[in-house]
Amino acid sequence: MQVESGVDRPMAAPAPVARAPDEAGADRATRISIRDLAFFYGETQALKGISLDLPDRQVTGMIGPSGCGKSTLLRVLNRMYDLYPGQRATGQVLLDGQNIIGPDIDVIALRARIGMVFQKPTPFPMSVHENIAFGVRLHEKLSKAQMDERVEQALTRAALWDEVKDRLGSSALGLSGGQQQRLVIARTIAIHPEVILFDEPTSALDPISTMKIEELIDELKADFTIALVTHNMQQAARIADRVAFFYLGELVEVSSAAQMFTAPREKRTQDYITGRFG
Amino acid sequence: MAQDPQHVLRTFDQELARLRDLISEMGGIVEDQVATAAHALLDRDTAAAARVIEEDKRVDALEHEVEQLVIRTLALRQPMAGDLRQVVSALKITGDLERIGDYAANVAKRSVVLTQFSLPYSLAGLGHMARLVQENLKTIIDAVGEGDAEKASQVWRSDLAIDDIYNGLFRELITYMMEDPRNITPCTHLLFIAKNLERIGDHATNIAETLHYEVTGSALTETRPKGDTSAYAVVRPGA
Repeated sequence: MQVESGVDRPMAAPAPVARAPDEAGADRATRISIRDLAFFYGETQALKGISLDLPDRQVTGMIGPSGCGKSTLLRVLNRMYDLYPGQRATGQVLLDGQNIIGPDIDVIALRARIGMVFQKPTPFPMSVHENIAFGVRLHEKLSKAQMDERVEQALTRAALWDEVKDRLGSSALGLSGGQQQRLVIARTIAIHPEVILFDEPTSALDPISTMKIEELIDELKADFTIALVTHNMQQAARIADRVAFFYLGELVEVSSAAQMFTAPREKRTQDYITGRFG
Repeated sequence: MAQDPQHVLRTFDQELARLRDLISEMGGIVEDQVATAAHALLDRDTAAAARVIEEDKRVDALEHEVEQLVIRTLALRQPMAGDLRQVVSALKITGDLERIGDYAANVAKRSVVLTQFSLPYSLAGLGHMARLVQENLKTIIDAVGEGDAEKASQVWRSDLAIDDIYNGLFRELITYMMEDPRNITPCTHLLFIAKNLERIGDHATNIAETLHYEVTGSALTETRPKGDTSAYAVVRPGA
């Protein structure tokens, strides 16, 4: 499949749609604008009236107890729920002004624009090189030289090149967990998405690998709009510019990370982030 | 302060409670130091003065204990939001209390020296100033115990009256010194005592600012009314 907008796009910011309301995002255009979003797993409502802006080239952290809807929201943002019957979303999710939960959206093309990285590293059972080339080939036709260059770019950007450049032909399954996660990030950025969704990307990793991924996310935000779901509040504090707190399917509070972790406005936020829940 | 629900990790609650207890113990001692120092001065009680000076060691030890507990809590608990504000505020408040204890001890030391002089004038002004300072200190220490941001704002605003009295005393004491050079030694001590009391008032307002931030998460932003103008005073004999 050829996706016109996905080819060699220099990741330039499109026309701004709206301004993010909070101070941490005030100087950024909004890349994704969520308006009155509701989501249902069959009869069960998992998200209620969510309105949230994801500012361009910033990290928006999403925190909240298990079952609060934060991972569900990520699944809505790249229409992963389409894979499951009985799941539906209402409201609007505007990506550069276009409603991506509408019926006339090319979902494959959408997923090239909005990449996702999961909790457990998910390398394909193939070589390091092929892990990255595989996804690129779905969207673009490149010569071998161009492809090699793209693979190197992506691995370099994901801070993995030096560690794997001599074993590009070896199986990706032989990499450590942290390396596998960076490989998955390289695979994601190789197709030049606009937005990257991270769903607890370090919860299966050791502290050093975690720090490398956090450093990487911090670097990637220069080029990408990032949403990060995490159970680790210190992680949200370290790398998110803005943080959204979800509880029981509702968005309780959105603030800059500094505001959220020193003086949250809502009592429920305060109770959760100070460990007083229950 | 509304009672927060308990932490899931109960030992954390115990540590925060310990921090609160240490601060109220320190506040109690310091409040007593200031009251006793004022009594030592006004009633020429050298034994009381000695007790104030002796208490300083306990205050220093408590400050040290709070510091250790704060560092330990920051490292091991990584407190957030209200907890973070409480822990950081504890460190600042104990710093102010320790300074207040030092000033009280200094008042006590000077009051011992003053017993060697016969004072041909009333200490009523100084006594009045000491009472106001003690009131403010008591209010703010109670407010810390209760987590009362409103009382903090009151103390923060009421320091102006103390500054006014200090300015009056400054002029009064200079007049005595000009009248008779033999007054210079006792009046200089009295001037330092007045300044110490004025500084105690300032530290009480520092605590008020810290407490306000701790409880509400926002700073007392207006510019605080400041009334100590003695820094600009000029005396020209014979003018």
